[in-house]
Amino acid sequence: MTSRVAAFGAVLLCLAACQRETRALTGQAAPSAPAVAPGELRAGGGLASPPVDPAGAAYEGNAFEISEGQRNYDWFNCYGCHGAGGGDIGPALMDDEWRYGGAITQIRASIADGRPNGMPSFRDKLTDRQLWQIAAYVRSMSGRADKLAASSRNDEMRTTPPTNQARPGPEQSDTSGGEVRR
Amino acid sequence: MSTPLEDEVLREQLERVWAHPTGWRGVLMAVDHKVIARRYIATAFVFFFLAGALALLMRLQLSRPESGLIGPDRYNQLFSMHGTTMMFLFAVPVMEAVAVYLVPLMCGARNICFPRLNAYGYWVYLFGGIMIWVAFALNIGPETGWFSYVPLAGPEFSPGKRTDFWAQMVTFTEVAALAVAVQLVAQILKQRAPGMTLSRMPLFLWAMLVTAFMVIFAMPAVMVATTFLISDRLVGTQFYNPAEGGDPLLWQHLFWFFGHPEVYIIFIPALGMVSQIVATFSRRTILAYPAMVLALLANGLLAFGLWVHHMFATGLPRLGNSFYTSASMMIAIPSGLQIFAWIATIWDGKPRFRTPLLFVIGFIVIFVLGGLTGVMLASVPLDLQVHDTYFVVAHFHYVLIGGAVFPLFGAVYYWFPKITGRMLDERAGAWNFWTFFIGFNVTFFPMHMLGILGMPRRIYTYKAGLGWDGWNLVASLGSALIAISMLIFVVNILVSARRGKIAGGNPWEASSLEWATASPPPVYNFLRTPVVTGREPLWEGDDLPVMSGLGDTRRETLCVTIVEAEPDVRQKSAPPTIWPLLAALATTALFIGSIFHEWAVVWGAIPVAITLCGWFWPGRPTRRAVKAETSLEERAA
Amino acid sequence: MIRRLLALTPAFALTGCGGAQSVLDPASDQAASVFGVWTLMLWICGIMYALVLAFLALAIWRARRGLAGPPLAEGQKSPADRPLLRWLTGWVGLVVAGLLVLTFGSFLVDRQLAMADQRNALTVRITGYQWWWRVEYDDPVPSRRFVTANELHLPVDRPVRLELEAGDVIHSFWVPNLSGKQDLIPGRTNRLLVTPRRIGQFRGQCAEFCGLQHAWMALDVTVEPQTTFAAWAEAQRRAPPAPATAQAVHGRDVFVGAACNSCHQVVGQPAQGQTGPDLTHLASRRSLAAGARPYSRTALDEWLKNPQALKPGNHMPLVKMRPEERAALVAYLDTLK
Repeated sequence: MTSRVAAFGAVLLCLAACQRETRALTGQAAPSAPAVAPGELRAGGGLASPPVDPAGAAYEGNAFEISEGQRNYDWFNCYGCHGAGGGDIGPALMDDEWRYGGAITQIRASIADGRPNGMPSFRDKLTDRQLWQIAAYVRSMSGRADKLAASSRNDEMRTTPPTNQARPGPEQSDTSGGEVRR
Repeated sequence: MSTPLEDEVLREQLERVWAHPTGWRGVLMAVDHKVIARRYIATAFVFFFLAGALALLMRLQLSRPESGLIGPDRYNQLFSMHGTTMMFLFAVPVMEAVAVYLVPLMCGARNICFPRLNAYGYWVYLFGGIMIWVAFALNIGPETGWFSYVPLAGPEFSPGKRTDFWAQMVTFTEVAALAVAVQLVAQILKQRAPGMTLSRMPLFLWAMLVTAFMVIFAMPAVMVATTFLISDRLVGTQFYNPAEGGDPLLWQHLFWFFGHPEVYIIFIPALGMVSQIVATFSRRTILAYPAMVLALLANGLLAFGLWVHHMFATGLPRLGNSFYTSASMMIAIPSGLQIFAWIATIWDGKPRFRTPLLFVIGFIVIFVLGGLTGVMLASVPLDLQVHDTYFVVAHFHYVLIGGAVFPLFGAVYYWFPKITGRMLDERAGAWNFWTFFIGFNVTFFPMHMLGILGMPRRIYTYKAGLGWDGWNLVASLGSALIAISMLIFVVNILVSARRGKIAGGNPWEASSLEWATASPPPVYNFLRTPVVTGREPLWEGDDLPVMSGLGDTRRETLCVTIVEAEPDVRQKSAPPTIWPLLAALATTALFIGSIFHEWAVVWGAIPVAITLCGWFWPGRPTRRAVKAETSLEERAA
Repeated sequence: MIRRLLALTPAFALTGCGGAQSVLDPASDQAASVFGVWTLMLWICGIMYALVLAFLALAIWRARRGLAGPPLAEGQKSPADRPLLRWLTGWVGLVVAGLLVLTFGSFLVDRQLAMADQRNALTVRITGYQWWWRVEYDDPVPSRRFVTANELHLPVDRPVRLELEAGDVIHSFWVPNLSGKQDLIPGRTNRLLVTPRRIGQFRGQCAEFCGLQHAWMALDVTVEPQTTFAAWAEAQRRAPPAPATAQAVHGRDVFVGAACNSCHQVVGQPAQGQTGPDLTHLASRRSLAAGARPYSRTALDEWLKNPQALKPGNHMPLVKMRPEERAALVAYLDTLK
């Protein structure tokens, strides 16, 4: 009996590992319709649950995609406004405050559509896959990604605690300002 | 004087005292060095064939330019697993395993000095090997080569857990290697047969002594290196991050400080095997014994001063590089001396060209070529051209296969009769040797050319028309011949184990102590402890003298003084127990857990501590037991 | 299989020692010095090997088969021991002498390479990225510096000082016909001096495993007369001509308007992406994608259709375009001479 349970557990572990560790090198994410159209935004952000794009799940817990997202975050100069996650002229991405929703679909929508007060629209500048990858990485910055999938640091000057050590606060979406928890 | 009746009674008594349980309990609780060594050798050969299969796949991919057979991600995992398995799971373990079998026998001892540690080391090795291969099967195998340079293997460029599994596997194998090394040092220095002074030790024992010390000094460096790597990847330390004061070269220094002695750890036991085989099959003692011992010691010492020759292209100061050129050239001297001595022994002896000697001759032809390309690589300007090309791949296969695997095969043919009691087939052995020799040279000699013609290492494909196409095809064809050779070897082993000619105690008329007992040896190795009066005990002409006084009412081994080998104390030898296996399982849980979470190091230590308590729990007081039971001999007297 | 092997036999004969990526065909001072070391090594190591094999062959030939007499133990000294020990000493002496010659030869060449003339050296800064080379020609006048990618043009008979840096992981710069290799390591700048002496076209390749597409990280090297080099450098400093045809103009709009300029730079256009190779003079290069394909419009079209098909895992994503957009883009890029 115990051996059967152990075997089942092992299989589950393996399957979980498979999803986390797969690398789709040449795959191209199927183009998806924008998950949150601009007209659906409400003040106070994602309190209403947005349609969830199933494509996002493949990116969220995947180590390779998060790593690519980290590279793209650097390459497309997200640092310029958001810093290493602590924010600058753009809002912080490491905390619990999500003006336009913190689910991966919502984050991707924000990057693709652009947002008021200076967030550019990257839909025409980045491919679908790159958008998802950056969204997955942004999720990991606040500790919301699978710890085992996020990497600890990059090879730059250290400006944040290790990404895979971040502990997320409660998923609050009001703009009263959340706490950054470490 | 012993009468046949007393021998029988003693034999029965020893069999009773040294008996081990049968069935599954016996498998899991075994502490007999012969049982563990047989498993160790078999496991190592399984890894050898697995890694060899990966190599065949690689050669298949490279047989044509721009072959679409295997993609880059899979190919990177293939060559990483091939190198990792061969170096960590085959080469070092198999040499240590052969030593675990032979050293106590050559020392005339009843069992190895730390039997439970021996069992523990094997289990840890097995679990580590299984872990990395399961990871590979799940597409989480290592992908950055067997020496995983950072930053490529660091947190930014190697996502997921692939490199973590690799780094932790290294920890498994280091623990296992250290376990064996510690035993070999204690066994060889303190538990030899009486009368076997240091200057009467067989060269194989000298080789294993040197190797064991090298393991003890080299392994900690790689453990530190991989611990830093896991730490960088798991908790964000900055050891290898140049932006924060770390340095990618730190990894290279730490790794190669281990990595260079590692190849000598693989090579020096083979030198010991060659000495035994050459002496036996030439029917004369090896020429220049003191020089041979000094050569082994020199090899062991110098090996620690060479590691920077792996880093000549990294931009280190020129003067420093020159120092390592000299050291790397210097290490050719002891090897050159040994080669001459062996050939001279064959020249002056009365050689019988059986399969073990064939493999030794193959070793000389192949290894010397590899050593000479090593001398070429020692030169900085030339190394800067051929470093990281197929020239280096050719070089290290010549020295590793020629210098270690050929002697190993010779050793298998030589000691198989001792281990199983049956001879391997001579004709199949000759076929094995010739297909291996020819196949090896057809595979690896062209790689010298490929490197010189500009082909770098670790590329999953290459552009057509650069002059590489033909040589690559030839190399791939040679690899098929090697595969055939391995098939012959496996068939020979499997068939001869059941139907080979019965061997008897000393079928080769060899001189060292392991041939003084039955084949296979009884569980207690020797009926009575042999006493040694010369360097070639079984060639002294008379019957082998023996010693009485070692107890037969409990498991005991004899300790002697280090230099003069005079009997010193009797040491209790551990009976079969489950605790080494449990401790190994706990250790495995700790190591695998710490891949995923840093707190596993803390929580995982608890089961390890519990199992160690069980392991070392004091048994019944023994003084009363010894006093109460007098030995058979005392009663008879 | 046999037929293929036979067909390749002339290829063996033709390859010989030459080649555009070969150590045996030195085209510079540095490679020539190393070739000297190689020749010395071949001779001395060859002679030593021949001696070992001869001794071994003699020993085997001399074998007296059969089991004549009991084995020789330590106490019984063979009469041949003393002369053999003398030969052993002589052999060790010969090995030491050979190694000394090789060591000193190596030192002398190393010293020669270190003391090579650096006056009037051209400076080129090479940065290695996964999986391409950024090549920046330095100049005392900042406006005369220019950047290209995956190619190196060098004037003959003039030393060039290469400053080697890494942008991500460890790479290794290696052009066998011109010089030994030097690693590009993050956090340090390595230097390599090359003095090309022969005009020709050579190929270099990354020689330190750097990830998925290490196999396709090559470099086109052209050594040319000094005047040709000067002309090439001047052309590189100028912005490319404006696109002439309507299709090319449309292509430029696609380039600037779509994702291309997020990563790539074309001097003179609002395309200043720094994360991918500079494309300013793409059409004047010999190959595409760091040596993966010779440059041609067809190759360019194939690359744009799916970069991942040719170099799976490389960092250029598949940007979806309509066929006519892609054709226009190709037409535009082909004007970047």
